[in-house]
Amino acid sequence: MKYSYFPGCSLKGTGRAYEESLLPVLKALGVELEELDDWNCCGATAYMAVDEVKACVMASRNLAIAEKAGHQELLAPCSACYLVLNKTKHYLHESPVVEAVVQKALRQGNLTYSGNTPVRHPLDVLVNNVGIDAIKKRVTRPLKGLKVAPYYGCQIVRPYATFDDQYNPMTMDRLLEAIGCTMVTYPLKTRCCGGSLTGTLPEPGLLCAYVLLKEAIARGAEVIATVCPLCQFNLDCYRDKMASKWGNETVPDPQNPAARVAVGPRLNMPVVFFTQLIGLAFGLSEKELGLNRGFTRMPKPPCAQPQPAAA
Amino acid sequence: MELRRTVKYESDRVKGFGREVMSVPGCEQLENCIQCGTCSGLCPLSIYMDHTPRQVMELTRSDFKDEVLQSTTIWLCASCYACTVECPKQIRITDIMYELKQRAIHEGFYPKRFPIPVLAQEFYKMSRKRGRVTENFLATILFLKTNILAAVGMWRLGLNLFIRGRFPLKLEGIKRKGELERMMAVVDKLSIDALNNGHQNGGEGGRNNGAH
Repeated sequence: MKYSYFPGCSLKGTGRAYEESLLPVLKALGVELEELDDWNCCGATAYMAVDEVKACVMASRNLAIAEKAGHQELLAPCSACYLVLNKTKHYLHESPVVEAVVQKALRQGNLTYSGNTPVRHPLDVLVNNVGIDAIKKRVTRPLKGLKVAPYYGCQIVRPYATFDDQYNPMTMDRLLEAIGCTMVTYPLKTRCCGGSLTGTLPEPGLLCAYVLLKEAIARGAEVIATVCPLCQFNLDCYRDKMASKWGNETVPDPQNPAARVAVGPRLNMPVVFFTQLIGLAFGLSEKELGLNRGFTRMPKPPCAQPQPAAA
Repeated sequence: MELRRTVKYESDRVKGFGREVMSVPGCEQLENCIQCGTCSGLCPLSIYMDHTPRQVMELTRSDFKDEVLQSTTIWLCASCYACTVECPKQIRITDIMYELKQRAIHEGFYPKRFPIPVLAQEFYKMSRKRGRVTENFLATILFLKTNILAAVGMWRLGLNLFIRGRFPLKLEGIKRKGELERMMAVVDKLSIDALNNGHQNGGEGGRNNGAH
Protein backbone atom coordinates (compact mmCIF):
# COMPACT_ATOMS: atom_id res chain seq x y z
CA MET A 1 0.00 0.00 0.00
CA LYS A 2 1.37 3.38 -0.97
CA TYR A 3 -0.23 6.77 -0.43
CA SER A 4 0.59 10.38 -1.10
CA TYR A 5 0.81 12.06 2.26
CA PHE A 6 -0.55 15.54 2.91
CA PRO A 7 0.61 16.57 6.40
CA GLY A 8 -0.88 20.07 6.49
CA CYS A 9 0.50 22.99 8.48
CA SER A 10 -0.49 21.83 11.96
CA LEU A 11 1.33 18.53 11.74
CA LYS A 12 4.55 20.48 11.19
CA GLY A 13 3.83 22.85 14.09
CA THR A 14 1.66 22.58 17.17
CA GLY A 15 0.37 19.14 16.17
CA ARG A 16 3.71 17.59 15.24
CA ALA A 17 3.16 14.72 17.69
CA TYR A 18 0.44 13.52 15.32
CA GLU A 19 2.94 13.17 12.48
CA GLU A 20 5.57 11.75 14.80
CA SER A 21 3.21 8.96 15.86
CA LEU A 22 1.41 8.42 12.54
CA LEU A 23 4.53 7.73 10.49
CA PRO A 24 6.05 4.91 12.59
CA VAL A 25 2.64 3.29 13.13
CA LEU A 26 1.91 3.15 9.41
CA LYS A 27 5.44 2.01 8.69
CA ALA A 28 5.07 -0.84 11.17
CA LEU A 29 1.95 -1.90 9.30
CA GLY A 30 3.61 -1.83 5.92
CA VAL A 31 1.87 1.30 4.66
CA GLU A 32 4.20 3.41 2.58
CA LEU A 33 3.84 7.17 2.48
CA GLU A 34 5.37 9.71 0.18
CA GLU A 35 5.05 13.32 1.31
CA LEU A 36 3.37 15.38 -1.39
CA ASP A 37 5.94 17.42 -3.28
CA ASP A 38 5.85 21.11 -2.32
CA TRP A 39 2.34 20.84 -0.83
CA ASN A 40 0.71 24.08 0.24
CA CYS A 41 -1.74 25.03 2.98
CA CYS A 42 -5.13 23.41 2.31
CA GLY A 43 -6.74 26.83 2.78
CA ALA A 44 -8.45 25.68 5.94
CA THR A 45 -11.75 27.13 6.94
CA ALA A 46 -10.44 30.64 7.54
CA TYR A 47 -9.73 30.98 3.85
CA MET A 48 -13.31 30.28 2.90
CA ALA A 49 -14.36 33.27 4.96
CA VAL A 50 -12.31 35.47 2.63
CA ASP A 51 -12.72 33.96 -0.80
CA GLU A 52 -14.16 30.58 -1.62
CA VAL A 53 -12.77 30.37 -5.14
CA LYS A 54 -9.25 31.17 -4.03
CA ALA A 55 -9.64 28.61 -1.28
CA CYS A 56 -10.52 26.10 -4.00
CA VAL A 57 -7.41 27.00 -5.98
CA MET A 58 -5.22 26.48 -2.91
CA ALA A 59 -6.73 23.06 -2.23
CA SER A 60 -6.76 22.04 -5.91
CA ARG A 61 -3.06 22.67 -6.31
CA ASN A 62 -2.50 19.86 -3.80
CA LEU A 63 -4.99 17.55 -5.48
CA ALA A 64 -3.38 18.20 -8.85
CA ILE A 65 0.15 17.57 -7.53
CA ALA A 66 -1.08 14.29 -6.04
CA GLU A 67 -2.47 13.29 -9.44
CA LYS A 68 0.83 14.10 -11.06
CA ALA A 69 2.69 12.01 -8.47
CA GLY A 70 0.70 9.06 -9.68
CA HIS A 71 -0.21 7.45 -6.40
CA GLN A 72 -3.83 6.64 -6.26
CA GLU A 73 -4.85 8.17 -2.98
CA LEU A 74 -4.07 11.15 -0.79
CA LEU A 75 -3.84 10.69 2.97
CA ALA A 76 -4.91 13.73 5.01
CA PRO A 77 -4.68 13.21 8.78
CA CYS A 78 -5.86 16.69 9.87
CA SER A 79 -9.64 16.92 9.98
CA ALA A 80 -9.71 20.43 8.53
CA CYS A 81 -7.45 19.45 5.60
CA TYR A 82 -9.50 16.31 5.09
CA LEU A 83 -12.70 18.31 4.94
CA VAL A 84 -11.35 21.14 2.79
CA LEU A 85 -9.84 18.80 0.21
CA ASN A 86 -13.03 16.76 0.01
CA LYS A 87 -15.20 19.84 -0.02
CA THR A 88 -13.20 21.29 -2.90
CA LYS A 89 -13.76 18.10 -4.87
CA HIS A 90 -17.50 18.34 -4.31
CA TYR A 91 -17.57 22.03 -5.12
CA LEU A 92 -15.65 21.62 -8.37
CA HIS A 93 -17.85 18.72 -9.33
CA GLU A 94 -21.03 20.71 -8.72
CA SER A 95 -20.00 24.04 -10.17
CA PRO A 96 -18.61 24.04 -13.71
CA VAL A 97 -18.05 27.80 -13.42
CA VAL A 98 -15.73 27.43 -10.45
CA GLU A 99 -14.05 24.42 -12.00
CA ALA A 100 -13.25 26.40 -15.14
CA VAL A 101 -11.59 29.13 -13.07
CA VAL A 102 -9.62 26.58 -11.06
CA GLN A 103 -8.41 24.78 -14.19
CA LYS A 104 -7.31 28.06 -15.66
CA ALA A 105 -5.37 28.85 -12.51
CA LEU A 106 -3.79 25.39 -12.36
CA ARG A 107 -2.49 25.75 -15.89
CA GLN A 108 -0.18 28.45 -14.55
CA GLY A 109 1.68 25.68 -12.77
CA ASN A 110 1.38 23.15 -15.60
CA LEU A 111 -1.12 21.24 -13.50
CA THR A 112 -4.52 19.82 -14.25
CA TYR A 113 -7.23 18.47 -12.07
CA SER A 114 -9.35 15.48 -13.05
CA GLY A 115 -11.17 14.90 -9.77
CA ASN A 116 -9.97 11.32 -9.49
CA THR A 117 -7.82 11.48 -6.38
CA PRO A 118 -9.58 10.01 -3.37
CA VAL A 119 -8.82 11.89 -0.14
CA ARG A 120 -8.58 9.48 2.77
CA HIS A 121 -8.26 9.77 6.52
CA PRO A 122 -5.84 7.50 8.44
CA LEU A 123 -8.73 6.09 10.50
CA ASP A 124 -10.36 4.99 7.27
CA VAL A 125 -7.17 3.45 5.88
CA LEU A 126 -6.32 1.67 9.13
CA VAL A 127 -9.74 0.10 9.52
CA ASN A 128 -10.69 -0.53 5.90
CA ASN A 129 -7.38 -1.20 4.13
CA VAL A 130 -4.93 -2.38 6.77
CA GLY A 131 -7.64 -4.11 8.81
CA ILE A 132 -8.21 -4.62 12.51
CA ASP A 133 -6.73 -8.14 12.43
CA ALA A 134 -3.42 -7.00 10.99
CA ILE A 135 -3.26 -4.30 13.67
CA LYS A 136 -4.03 -6.79 16.45
CA LYS A 137 -1.21 -9.02 15.26
CA ARG A 138 1.29 -6.21 15.62
CA VAL A 139 0.39 -5.43 19.26
CA THR A 140 3.18 -6.29 21.70
CA ARG A 141 2.06 -4.27 24.70
CA PRO A 142 -1.72 -4.15 24.91
CA LEU A 143 -3.05 -1.09 26.77
CA LYS A 144 -5.12 -3.33 28.98
CA GLY A 145 -7.84 -1.58 30.87
CA LEU A 146 -6.92 1.96 29.84
CA LYS A 147 -10.22 3.84 29.82
CA VAL A 148 -10.41 6.03 26.75
CA ALA A 149 -12.97 8.59 25.60
CA PRO A 150 -12.94 8.50 21.77
CA TYR A 151 -13.33 12.04 20.45
CA TYR A 152 -13.84 12.28 16.68
CA GLY A 153 -14.75 15.95 16.43
CA CYS A 154 -16.81 17.31 13.61
CA GLN A 155 -15.10 17.57 10.28
CA ILE A 156 -14.28 13.96 9.48
CA VAL A 157 -17.90 12.90 9.80
CA ARG A 158 -19.66 16.10 8.75
CA PRO A 159 -20.89 17.06 6.26
CA TYR A 160 -19.43 14.13 4.28
CA ALA A 161 -19.68 10.88 6.22
CA THR A 162 -17.62 8.84 3.81
CA PHE A 163 -16.21 6.04 5.94
CA ASP A 164 -18.02 6.13 9.25
CA ASP A 165 -21.40 6.82 10.76
CA GLN A 166 -22.29 10.48 11.12
CA TYR A 167 -24.05 10.12 14.45
CA ASN A 168 -22.13 7.39 16.18
CA PRO A 169 -18.80 6.85 14.44
CA MET A 170 -17.08 3.65 15.59
CA THR A 171 -13.84 3.27 13.61
CA MET A 172 -11.64 4.68 16.38
CA ASP A 173 -13.56 2.70 19.02
CA ARG A 174 -12.85 -0.51 17.13
CA LEU A 175 -9.19 0.33 16.57
CA LEU A 176 -8.51 1.20 20.19
CA GLU A 177 -10.43 -1.79 21.50
CA ALA A 178 -8.25 -3.96 19.29
CA ILE A 179 -5.14 -2.70 21.10
CA GLY A 180 -6.65 -3.42 24.51
CA CYS A 181 -8.26 -0.12 25.53
CA THR A 182 -11.64 0.03 27.23
CA MET A 183 -13.85 2.59 25.52
CA VAL A 184 -16.10 4.64 27.76
CA THR A 185 -19.52 5.66 26.47
CA TYR A 186 -18.91 9.14 25.10
CA PRO A 187 -22.02 10.68 23.55
CA LEU A 188 -20.23 13.95 22.73
CA LYS A 189 -17.83 12.20 20.37
CA THR A 190 -18.74 14.41 17.42
CA ARG A 191 -19.54 17.67 19.20
CA CYS A 192 -17.64 20.82 18.19
CA CYS A 193 -14.40 21.61 20.12
CA GLY A 194 -14.79 25.32 19.43
CA GLY A 195 -12.41 25.36 16.48
CA SER A 196 -10.44 28.56 16.19
CA LEU A 197 -12.82 30.39 18.54
CA THR A 198 -10.63 29.39 21.49
CA GLY A 199 -8.09 31.88 20.15
CA THR A 200 -10.44 34.56 18.89
CA LEU A 201 -13.41 34.58 21.27
CA PRO A 202 -12.24 32.62 24.33
CA GLU A 203 -15.52 32.84 26.22
CA PRO A 204 -17.60 30.67 23.87
CA GLY A 205 -14.59 28.81 22.45
CA LEU A 206 -13.27 27.54 25.77
CA LEU A 207 -16.75 26.53 26.87
CA CYS A 208 -17.06 24.22 23.85
CA ALA A 209 -13.75 22.56 24.68
CA TYR A 210 -14.44 22.40 28.42
CA VAL A 211 -17.78 20.64 27.98
CA LEU A 212 -15.94 17.80 26.23
CA LEU A 213 -13.41 17.37 29.04
CA LYS A 214 -16.12 17.56 31.69
CA GLU A 215 -18.11 14.82 29.98
CA ALA A 216 -15.02 12.62 29.71
CA ILE A 217 -14.44 13.04 33.45
CA ALA A 218 -18.06 12.16 34.24
CA ARG A 219 -17.73 9.03 32.10
CA GLY A 220 -14.67 7.86 33.97
CA ALA A 221 -12.18 8.26 31.13
CA GLU A 222 -8.45 8.37 31.93
CA VAL A 223 -7.41 9.58 28.49
CA ILE A 224 -9.08 11.37 25.58
CA ALA A 225 -8.09 10.15 22.12
CA THR A 226 -8.36 12.66 19.25
CA VAL A 227 -7.96 12.52 15.47
CA CYS A 228 -7.39 16.22 14.75
CA PRO A 229 -4.59 18.64 15.65
CA LEU A 230 -6.98 21.48 16.47
CA CYS A 231 -9.19 19.32 18.71
CA GLN A 232 -6.07 18.06 20.47
CA PHE A 233 -4.80 21.62 20.93
CA ASN A 234 -8.09 22.96 22.27
CA LEU A 235 -8.52 20.13 24.77
CA ASP A 236 -4.86 20.00 25.79
CA CYS A 237 -3.51 23.52 25.98
CA TYR A 238 -6.06 25.75 27.69
CA ARG A 239 -6.64 23.76 30.85
CA ASP A 240 -5.16 26.33 33.21
CA LYS A 241 -7.77 28.79 31.94
CA MET A 242 -10.56 26.23 32.24
CA ALA A 243 -9.51 25.31 35.77
CA SER A 244 -9.68 28.91 36.93
CA LYS A 245 -13.08 29.34 35.32
CA TRP A 246 -14.83 26.06 36.01
CA GLY A 247 -12.52 24.10 38.32
CA ASN A 248 -15.06 24.20 41.13
CA GLU A 249 -17.81 22.51 39.16
CA THR A 250 -18.74 18.96 40.03
CA VAL A 251 -19.85 15.94 37.98
CA PRO A 252 -21.39 12.63 39.08
CA ASP A 253 -18.68 10.31 40.34
CA PRO A 254 -18.18 7.64 37.67
CA GLN A 255 -17.40 5.08 40.37
CA ASN A 256 -20.30 5.96 42.62
CA PRO A 257 -23.37 7.50 40.98
CA ALA A 258 -24.69 8.74 44.31
CA ALA A 259 -21.68 11.02 44.87
CA ARG A 260 -20.21 13.93 42.99
CA VAL A 261 -16.58 14.79 42.33
CA ALA A 262 -14.88 18.10 41.59
CA VAL A 263 -13.84 18.70 37.99
CA GLY A 264 -10.69 20.69 38.84
CA PRO A 265 -8.30 17.93 39.95
CA ARG A 266 -9.29 15.64 37.07
CA LEU A 267 -9.17 18.22 34.33
CA ASN A 268 -5.57 17.38 33.53
CA MET A 269 -6.09 14.00 31.93
CA PRO A 270 -3.83 13.22 28.94
CA VAL A 271 -5.27 14.26 25.56
CA VAL A 272 -3.49 12.25 22.87
CA PHE A 273 -3.71 11.35 19.21
CA PHE A 274 -5.15 7.92 18.53
CA THR A 275 -1.96 7.08 16.67
CA GLN A 276 0.05 7.65 19.85
CA LEU A 277 -1.99 4.99 21.65
CA ILE A 278 -1.56 2.54 18.78
CA GLY A 279 2.19 3.24 18.79
CA LEU A 280 2.41 2.52 22.51
CA ALA A 281 0.63 -0.78 21.98
CA PHE A 282 3.12 -1.58 19.22
CA GLY A 283 5.92 -1.18 21.76
CA LEU A 284 7.26 2.13 20.43
CA SER A 285 8.79 4.53 22.92
CA GLU A 286 7.04 7.59 24.31
CA LYS A 287 9.64 9.85 22.77
CA GLU A 288 9.33 8.34 19.30
CA LEU A 289 5.60 8.96 19.50
CA GLY A 290 5.86 12.57 20.61
CA LEU A 291 4.16 11.82 23.91
CA ASN A 292 6.47 14.31 25.60
CA ARG A 293 4.66 17.11 23.74
CA GLY A 294 1.34 16.88 25.53
CA PHE A 295 0.62 19.27 28.42
CA THR A 296 -0.16 16.21 30.56
CA ARG A 297 2.12 13.20 30.28
CA MET A 298 0.69 9.74 29.74
CA PRO A 299 1.13 7.39 32.66
CA LYS A 300 4.05 5.04 32.05
CA PRO A 301 3.19 2.02 29.89
CA PRO A 302 1.86 -0.55 30.37
CA CYS A 303 -0.51 2.28 31.02
CA ALA A 304 -3.26 1.59 33.42
CA GLN A 305 -3.48 -1.77 34.96
CA PRO A 306 -7.05 -2.60 35.98
CA GLN A 307 -7.35 -0.64 39.19
CA PRO A 308 -9.57 -1.06 42.20
CA ALA A 309 -12.01 1.81 42.54
CA ALA A 310 -9.64 4.35 44.01
CA ALA A 311 -9.75 8.14 43.84
CA MET B 1 -30.60 52.78 28.45
CA GLU B 2 -30.17 52.50 24.72
CA LEU B 3 -33.35 51.70 22.87
CA ARG B 4 -33.57 50.16 19.44
CA ARG B 5 -36.52 49.66 17.23
CA THR B 6 -37.14 45.92 17.22
CA VAL B 7 -39.79 45.78 14.52
CA LYS B 8 -38.28 45.90 11.08
CA TYR B 9 -39.47 48.33 8.44
CA GLU B 10 -39.78 47.66 4.76
CA SER B 11 -37.23 50.43 4.25
CA ASP B 12 -34.58 48.40 6.13
CA ARG B 13 -34.48 45.87 3.32
CA VAL B 14 -31.74 45.93 0.71
CA LYS B 15 -33.77 44.46 -2.11
CA GLY B 16 -32.02 41.71 -4.02
CA PHE B 17 -29.61 40.76 -1.19
CA GLY B 18 -31.34 37.45 -0.52
CA ARG B 19 -31.44 36.57 -4.21
CA GLU B 20 -27.78 37.40 -4.55
CA VAL B 21 -26.81 35.06 -1.72
CA MET B 22 -29.10 32.32 -3.03
CA SER B 23 -27.47 32.51 -6.45
CA VAL B 24 -24.09 31.44 -5.06
CA PRO B 25 -23.31 27.78 -5.71
CA GLY B 26 -24.23 25.77 -2.62
CA CYS B 27 -26.54 28.42 -1.15
CA GLU B 28 -29.54 27.82 -3.45
CA GLN B 29 -31.56 25.73 -1.03
CA LEU B 30 -32.06 28.66 1.34
CA GLU B 31 -35.13 29.44 -0.70
CA ASN B 32 -36.83 26.38 0.83
CA CYS B 33 -36.25 27.18 4.52
CA ILE B 34 -39.32 26.29 6.59
CA GLN B 35 -38.07 28.08 9.72
CA CYS B 36 -38.25 24.92 11.81
CA GLY B 37 -35.34 25.96 14.05
CA THR B 38 -33.49 22.63 13.92
CA CYS B 39 -30.30 24.55 13.16
CA SER B 40 -30.66 26.84 16.17
CA GLY B 41 -31.38 23.95 18.50
CA LEU B 42 -28.35 21.97 17.35
CA CYS B 43 -25.85 24.79 17.19
CA PRO B 44 -23.41 24.56 20.12
CA LEU B 45 -22.78 28.30 19.86
CA SER B 46 -26.28 29.68 19.42
CA ILE B 47 -26.39 30.48 23.16
CA TYR B 48 -23.98 33.33 22.42
CA MET B 49 -25.56 34.63 19.23
CA ASP B 50 -27.63 37.80 18.87
CA HIS B 51 -29.70 36.16 16.11
CA THR B 52 -30.08 32.41 16.06
CA PRO B 53 -29.11 30.62 12.83
CA ARG B 54 -32.82 30.23 12.02
CA GLN B 55 -33.29 33.99 12.25
CA VAL B 56 -30.23 34.65 10.10
CA MET B 57 -31.66 32.35 7.44
CA GLU B 58 -34.92 34.30 7.28
CA LEU B 59 -33.28 37.72 7.57
CA THR B 60 -31.00 36.82 4.66
CA ARG B 61 -33.78 35.49 2.49
CA SER B 62 -35.86 38.59 3.28
CA ASP B 63 -33.10 41.05 2.29
CA PHE B 64 -32.23 42.45 5.73
CA LYS B 65 -28.62 42.80 4.71
CA ASP B 66 -27.33 45.19 7.36
CA GLU B 67 -28.87 43.23 10.19
CA VAL B 68 -27.36 39.98 8.94
CA LEU B 69 -23.89 41.29 8.18
CA GLN B 70 -23.71 43.06 11.56
CA SER B 71 -24.83 40.02 13.52
CA THR B 72 -22.50 38.12 15.85
CA THR B 73 -23.92 34.88 14.46
CA ILE B 74 -21.84 34.69 11.31
CA TRP B 75 -18.60 35.02 13.31
CA LEU B 76 -19.57 32.58 16.04
CA CYS B 77 -20.15 29.79 13.53
CA ALA B 78 -17.22 27.43 14.08
CA SER B 79 -18.20 25.38 10.99
CA CYS B 80 -18.94 22.11 12.74
CA TYR B 81 -21.67 21.38 10.16
CA ALA B 82 -24.12 20.02 12.75
CA CYS B 83 -26.91 22.20 11.30
CA THR B 84 -26.06 21.39 7.70
CA VAL B 85 -26.38 17.64 8.06
CA GLU B 86 -29.65 17.87 10.00
CA CYS B 87 -31.50 20.50 7.99
CA PRO B 88 -34.70 18.83 6.72
CA LYS B 89 -34.56 21.00 3.59
CA GLN B 90 -30.91 20.28 2.80
CA ILE B 91 -29.87 23.90 3.27
CA ARG B 92 -26.11 24.16 3.61
CA ILE B 93 -26.26 26.56 6.52
CA THR B 94 -22.52 26.43 7.20
CA ASP B 95 -21.76 27.39 3.60
CA ILE B 96 -24.24 30.25 3.78
CA MET B 97 -22.46 31.46 6.92
CA TYR B 98 -19.20 31.46 4.93
CA GLU B 99 -20.82 33.43 2.15
CA LEU B 100 -22.10 35.97 4.69
CA LYS B 101 -18.67 36.22 6.34
CA GLN B 102 -17.11 36.95 2.96
CA ARG B 103 -19.60 39.70 2.28
CA ALA B 104 -19.12 41.20 5.74
CA ILE B 105 -15.34 41.20 5.30
CA HIS B 106 -15.37 42.70 1.82
CA GLU B 107 -17.83 45.37 2.73
CA GLY B 108 -16.23 46.19 6.06
CA PHE B 109 -19.21 45.22 8.23
CA TYR B 110 -17.37 44.42 11.44
CA PRO B 111 -16.00 46.32 14.42
CA LYS B 112 -12.38 47.38 14.16
CA ARG B 113 -10.00 44.95 15.92
CA PHE B 114 -12.68 42.25 16.00
CA PRO B 115 -10.42 39.18 16.00
CA ILE B 116 -12.24 36.72 13.74
CA PRO B 117 -12.19 38.65 10.45
CA VAL B 118 -8.66 39.79 11.28
CA LEU B 119 -7.63 36.15 11.71
CA ALA B 120 -9.29 35.17 8.44
CA GLN B 121 -7.46 37.91 6.56
CA GLU B 122 -4.10 37.33 8.17
CA PHE B 123 -4.47 33.62 7.48
CA TYR B 124 -5.26 34.45 3.89
CA LYS B 125 -2.24 36.72 3.56
CA MET B 126 0.22 34.32 5.14
CA SER B 127 -0.91 31.25 3.25
CA ARG B 128 -0.95 33.11 -0.05
CA LYS B 129 2.45 34.69 0.45
CA ARG B 130 4.30 31.72 1.93
CA GLY B 131 2.13 28.82 0.78
CA ARG B 132 1.93 27.51 4.33
CA VAL B 133 0.82 28.78 7.69
CA THR B 134 2.94 28.71 10.83
CA GLU B 135 0.29 28.80 13.51
CA ASN B 136 2.22 30.42 16.32
CA PHE B 137 3.34 33.29 14.08
CA LEU B 138 -0.21 33.74 12.88
CA ALA B 139 -1.53 33.81 16.44
CA THR B 140 1.10 36.37 17.42
CA ILE B 141 0.17 38.65 14.52
CA LEU B 142 -3.48 38.28 15.43
CA PHE B 143 -2.93 39.35 19.03
CA LEU B 144 -0.71 42.28 18.06
CA LYS B 145 -3.37 43.52 15.68
CA THR B 146 -6.36 43.04 17.91
CA ASN B 147 -5.48 42.94 21.57
CA ILE B 148 -1.93 43.47 22.75
CA LEU B 149 -2.95 42.95 26.36
CA ALA B 150 -4.29 39.52 25.52
CA ALA B 151 -0.95 38.73 23.85
CA VAL B 152 0.79 39.49 27.12
CA GLY B 153 -1.62 37.12 28.87
CA MET B 154 -0.68 34.37 26.42
CA TRP B 155 3.02 34.22 27.34
CA ARG B 156 2.51 31.14 29.48
CA LEU B 157 0.81 29.21 26.71
CA GLY B 158 3.61 30.22 24.33
CA LEU B 159 6.27 29.12 26.79
CA ASN B 160 4.53 25.81 27.45
CA LEU B 161 4.35 25.15 23.74
CA PHE B 162 7.96 26.19 23.26
CA ILE B 163 9.38 23.81 25.85
CA ARG B 164 7.44 20.98 24.22
CA GLY B 165 8.79 21.78 20.78
CA ARG B 166 5.40 22.95 19.53
CA PHE B 167 6.37 26.58 18.95
CA PRO B 168 8.57 26.67 15.83
CA LEU B 169 10.85 29.67 15.50
CA LYS B 170 11.06 29.44 11.73
CA LEU B 171 8.34 30.34 9.24
CA GLU B 172 7.25 27.48 7.01
CA GLY B 173 6.96 28.04 3.29
CA ILE B 174 6.74 26.23 -0.03
CA LYS B 175 9.48 26.16 -2.66
CA ARG B 176 7.46 27.26 -5.68
CA LYS B 177 5.89 30.40 -4.25
CA GLY B 178 5.82 32.03 -7.67
CA GLU B 179 3.76 29.22 -9.10
CA LEU B 180 1.13 29.59 -6.39
CA GLU B 181 1.08 33.36 -6.80
CA ARG B 182 0.48 33.05 -10.56
CA MET B 183 -2.46 30.75 -9.83
CA MET B 184 -3.99 33.13 -7.33
CA ALA B 185 -3.49 36.07 -9.68
CA VAL B 186 -5.82 34.37 -12.16
CA VAL B 187 -8.61 34.57 -9.60
CA ASP B 188 -7.75 38.16 -8.65
CA LYS B 189 -8.83 39.21 -12.11
CA LEU B 190 -12.25 37.68 -11.78
CA SER B 191 -15.36 38.59 -9.96
CA ILE B 192 -17.25 35.46 -9.11
CA ASP B 193 -20.44 37.44 -8.64
CA ALA B 194 -20.09 38.29 -12.32
CA LEU B 195 -19.43 34.66 -13.18
CA ASN B 196 -22.62 33.57 -11.50
CA ASN B 197 -25.46 34.11 -13.97
CA GLY B 198 -24.23 37.54 -14.85
CA HIS B 199 -25.29 38.50 -11.36
CA GLN B 200 -23.09 41.19 -9.92
CA ASN B 201 -22.63 44.25 -7.86
CA GLY B 202 -19.42 46.20 -7.82
CA GLY B 203 -17.99 44.29 -10.73
CA GLU B 204 -14.30 43.53 -11.02
CA GLY B 205 -12.46 43.21 -7.76
CA GLY B 206 -15.68 43.58 -5.82
CA ARG B 207 -14.90 40.46 -3.87
CA ASN B 208 -11.24 41.08 -3.42
CA ASN B 209 -11.09 44.46 -1.80
CA GLY B 210 -10.77 43.31 1.75
CA ALA B 211 -8.18 40.74 0.95
CA HIS B 212 -5.17 42.83 0.24
